[in-house]
Amino acid sequence: MNYEEHAAKPLLARYDIAVPASRLATSADEAAAAAADIGPCVVKAQVPTGKRGKAGGIKLAADATEARAHAARIIGMTIGDWPVEKVLIEAQTPIARELYAAIVNDQASKSPMLLFSPMGGMDVEEAAESNPDAMRHVVIPIIEGLSESAARGAVEGLGLEAVEDEIVATLLKLYRAYRALDAELLEINPLVVTKDNRIVALDCKLTIDDSAEPRQQEVAPLAAPEKRTALEAAAAAEGLKYIELGGSVGVLANGAGLTMTTMDAIAHYGGQPANFLEIGGEAYTKSKTALSILLDNKNMKSLLVNFCGAFARTDVMAEGVIAAWQELKPDIPIFFTIHGTGEDEAVRLVRERLGIEPYDLMDDAVKAAVEAAANGRGAQ
Amino acid sequence: MIPRRSHKILVQGITGKQGTFWTKAMQDYGSTVVGGVNPKKAGSEHLGVPVFATARDAAKSAPFDISVMFIPPMLAKAAAIDACEAGARMLVCLTEHIPAHDVMEMHVAAKANGTRIVGPNTAGLVTPGACFVGIMPAFNDRVFRPGRVGVISRSGSLGTLVCLNLTQAGMGQSVFYGVGGDPMIGTNSADALRILDDDANTDAVVLCGEIGGSAEEDAAAYARTMKKPVVAFIAGRQSPPGKKMGHAGAIVSGGKGDYPSKRAALEDAGVAVADTPSALPTLLAERMAASAA
Repeated sequence: MNYEEHAAKPLLARYDIAVPASRLATSADEAAAAAADIGPCVVKAQVPTGKRGKAGGIKLAADATEARAHAARIIGMTIGDWPVEKVLIEAQTPIARELYAAIVNDQASKSPMLLFSPMGGMDVEEAAESNPDAMRHVVIPIIEGLSESAARGAVEGLGLEAVEDEIVATLLKLYRAYRALDAELLEINPLVVTKDNRIVALDCKLTIDDSAEPRQQEVAPLAAPEKRTALEAAAAAEGLKYIELGGSVGVLANGAGLTMTTMDAIAHYGGQPANFLEIGGEAYTKSKTALSILLDNKNMKSLLVNFCGAFARTDVMAEGVIAAWQELKPDIPIFFTIHGTGEDEAVRLVRERLGIEPYDLMDDAVKAAVEAAANGRGAQ
Repeated sequence: MIPRRSHKILVQGITGKQGTFWTKAMQDYGSTVVGGVNPKKAGSEHLGVPVFATARDAAKSAPFDISVMFIPPMLAKAAAIDACEAGARMLVCLTEHIPAHDVMEMHVAAKANGTRIVGPNTAGLVTPGACFVGIMPAFNDRVFRPGRVGVISRSGSLGTLVCLNLTQAGMGQSVFYGVGGDPMIGTNSADALRILDDDANTDAVVLCGEIGGSAEEDAAAYARTMKKPVVAFIAGRQSPPGKKMGHAGAIVSGGKGDYPSKRAALEDAGVAVADTPSALPTLLAERMAASAA
């Protein structure tokens, strides 16, 4: 779950991290009204992606008139594929220095990791690459948490003595927020030192672990909607992971690894996959729902069903596909290859109820589906 | 450690629908299940073995080597820590979608107690002809046959396909080692390679990877040091970047963990990479012939 700045900053404030006063606006009029209350402000495009500043999505406004003009231009822009529908009107902060701070799940250490740099701002990634010493990395023991001494160690020796205590305090709050929110990533860039030596979070990138949603019910609805096609959204509502890919060979497989492999094999034999759709894990009973979603994709010219059942029983999956196929009567050819748990029964069902012989080798099924898609409809 | 019939297995969540189905399958195949856990049914018997309130209780009267978890995600952390503290040598964690912060705590408990966690989000391990632990179709002899090729996979379904291809080519398996599809797993592909490198019953290894993370790059570094032949297949060549492809670990972001990087790392280490799983047996036969020569 990704959080846009306007949703993430109030969450930071709950953990006592200072953020500027702000208000969300969805039109130029609303932006002007907010600026009239807030005073000199920054107009910031709200999209769940980086590089907003470079794209022209962040502008300073001295007053309501300027805020209106900027908002009128920014709303309706496209930044990194995202249409801008709203802007945050935020009080200007007197910046003395821009820092960078983040807490992430570190795969290598299987622990939280604090990242801190005295060089925050727009080009922090480039800065970290050209000058690795400028980015401090501190592995945090998850049971004990971030200690004050470890946080101080990240900040020491970087010329920040005057505000070291304040930064350390902010990092400790940041870690509390990361833990309480089940964050995968909590990044503040820039974390600024103001001219009067306060530490303020000027931006925030927050990703909360999807798997933690059941215990993050309160903040889950505040997440940015995922960028999905109508079919992808319909699949997600049914608990299925579906991605449209633009090719003509439909894929229905169980398990992420097998589904990706099937897509690769289609490309290897000269076709293009129409989708990613896996019904592995607990979703294996949903093959009927899955098939109806696939059939709504009009680019699909043939369908390849590849089941390699481990946990997922191929007889249960095949049963669902057959029932849906007989009900929906699609006029495209379908090809099966089935192995693993429940294989004998699944093969028998396909043979007897659809009159189709499943392929023993996946490669043969893939080749047939690719050829049928190339020949267009009615090849069967 | 590679599961053998002599290893005693505890099943956490034995009384549930899946726990029951797969425990029975494991028993039928030859796995030695000595007990189960369900706090609400402690003191009863299920599938011929005693049920305990906790793994720690089980350890007192039914000592075990391996615990396998059929436990839902939000309860997985407590169950895993229980198994580690009970002294499990290996914990096979099948559960998918455990919150990452919980997974990190599980790994701390494993380290403190000397437990090897396999997973989370693994389909388990199969020692063909002997026993299996998890949710793999070990009992399907078109897929699994005893032999001398070790198979490592992040994905259970892809691992099944690869073992099928090996069996169809007449190549049996010494072990199927499912490492799991999560980003933070207890035993990664490089660890599994080392285990199979040390296994006297394994002559060669097939590594099934996928896009995302650095498991294949890390495994390549170890494969470079091996005398046994290693061949690989990596799923996800056609997967678009920035999209989670079902497994939480299978995502390409910022150019890291993509297909070309993994393939190059493996080939540079002398690992032959197949374009499709069906090409693996031929590649493997070539490598084995070359190393025997």
